[in-house]
Amino acid sequence: MGISVSNITKSYGKVTALSDISFDVKPGELFGLIGPDGAGKTTLFRILTTLLIADKGQATVAGYDVLKEYKSIRNSVGYMPGRFSLYQDLTVEENLNFFATIFGTTIEENYDLVKDIYVQIEPFKTRRAGKLSGGMKQKLALSCALIHKPKVLFLDEPTTGVDPVSRKEFWEMLKRLQKKDITILVSTPYMDEAALCDRIALIQDGKILQIDTPNAIVSHFPKPLYNISANDMYGLIESLTNYKHTYSIFPFGEFVHYTDKRDTMDIERLKTYLESQNLTDIHIEKTQPTIEDTFMELAK
Amino acid sequence: MKNKNVIEVENLSKLFGDFAAVNSISFHVKAGEIFGFLGANGAGKTTAIKMLIGISSPTSGKATIAGFDVYKEAESIKKNIGYMSQKFALYDDLTVKENITFFGGIYGLSKKQIDRKRCELVDELGLQEVANSLVSSLPLGWKQKLAFSVSLLHDPKIVFLDEPTGGVDPITRRQFWEMIYKAAHNGTTIFVTTHYMDEAEYCDRVSIMVNGKIEALDTPKKLKAHYKTDTMNDVFLKLARG
Repeated sequence: MGISVSNITKSYGKVTALSDISFDVKPGELFGLIGPDGAGKTTLFRILTTLLIADKGQATVAGYDVLKEYKSIRNSVGYMPGRFSLYQDLTVEENLNFFATIFGTTIEENYDLVKDIYVQIEPFKTRRAGKLSGGMKQKLALSCALIHKPKVLFLDEPTTGVDPVSRKEFWEMLKRLQKKDITILVSTPYMDEAALCDRIALIQDGKILQIDTPNAIVSHFPKPLYNISANDMYGLIESLTNYKHTYSIFPFGEFVHYTDKRDTMDIERLKTYLESQNLTDIHIEKTQPTIEDTFMELAK
Repeated sequence: MKNKNVIEVENLSKLFGDFAAVNSISFHVKAGEIFGFLGANGAGKTTAIKMLIGISSPTSGKATIAGFDVYKEAESIKKNIGYMSQKFALYDDLTVKENITFFGGIYGLSKKQIDRKRCELVDELGLQEVANSLVSSLPLGWKQKLAFSVSLLHDPKIVFLDEPTGGVDPITRRQFWEMIYKAAHNGTTIFVTTHYMDEAEYCDRVSIMVNGKIEALDTPKKLKAHYKTDTMNDVFLKLARG
């Protein structure tokens, strides 16, 4: 009764937005679609919420077929699109009331479901939605997507452009919603958020690179990974780019993440090489790969 | 060169009615520095940047950008800085080449200079095959790399980057930062905002704005030591809710 997607393909003219996508989301699961802008995430959301018809393949949401039973799906799902799409000139309260009425319910009936989120914007309930800050708009949109007690919740990039503190709060809200038996499909370009999902699909250029739990995805990383730092980041990147044994280098915060072409790498020799490039304060140590490392390795 | 201040801000404020969107901020940025300007949504970053790039007049305080006063010499500031943001960077319905030509013209480059820059840019970014395609047809990451290069067309002393990498894939995001390092290495000052805290680590110094004020300003290393955390993300989480 979650979501089932088999062999979905969708093209816009010559551009293939989704290419033979298949995956299942179990009931009650918090499932993440992780990928950059242009990966095809929004197209997939629009197909599953019955706003767009796929060229090929089948999909069901909450047990209903996206083509034959689209009306049942529309009553059973909540959808928060990436772009803010509430009525800007209605107030906070009017927006929520409007969405409740459309789905034949009332704010009172399902208040317990949105309470956690809605209390944070309730002090501003007479303010027009267009005048809210980004964080408040996001909370209102989520309240509106939930007010009819959907079985499945679709959230398309709910945290894009949102600061790290608000992002953290948003994910805490999602975890609480999940406990209320709502299946959640959420997309994000932030790889650190992937770790908070039960399972994730890494998606790029309309193709799924891998589906698994965050831990399993990270454990698939094929090579030993090293943190390297030195006095000059620019010089370090340049030196490592020119090093003949380099397999991959990517800046990662204060370190560079490095993998070596050889099966066993000689840390001392690498250090000597970097010193010969006039770098100082060189530190090299083994580190755990992150989902972002895995994504980049798969996307290469 | 390295020790010259190219941005000097002293007690700069902007009020909207009674509300202090920017509340007496002071800082300086040195030539060739990568300066990260962080803060939660609504902390006042955008209002501050608008004052620094000469499109919004401060309520009080002082600021000079590349030696020019934000009150009296706003037009000179605009000629000496580059700017790109996630929201607006290039014209979607012009081709790659047309965008370069257009912005070159706006920045007052000669036809000869524009022709040379256009060839250089297309080559450097590997855009030969799409040089005559509309910018709207490019992947976001390519657009952002092109937009950054275009913001440097007139060799500005400072470039302001407002969330330049939002939504960009992780590989391109890193290539983008390599371009930033290179520009800084060549002496261009970089003033950048981001919500990616790993990118905050790439900055020479970072400021964190909370409710209109700068609550912290230092190197990422010192900030982490001061707040006793391992990552800039944790520093941000400790500070940003005020």
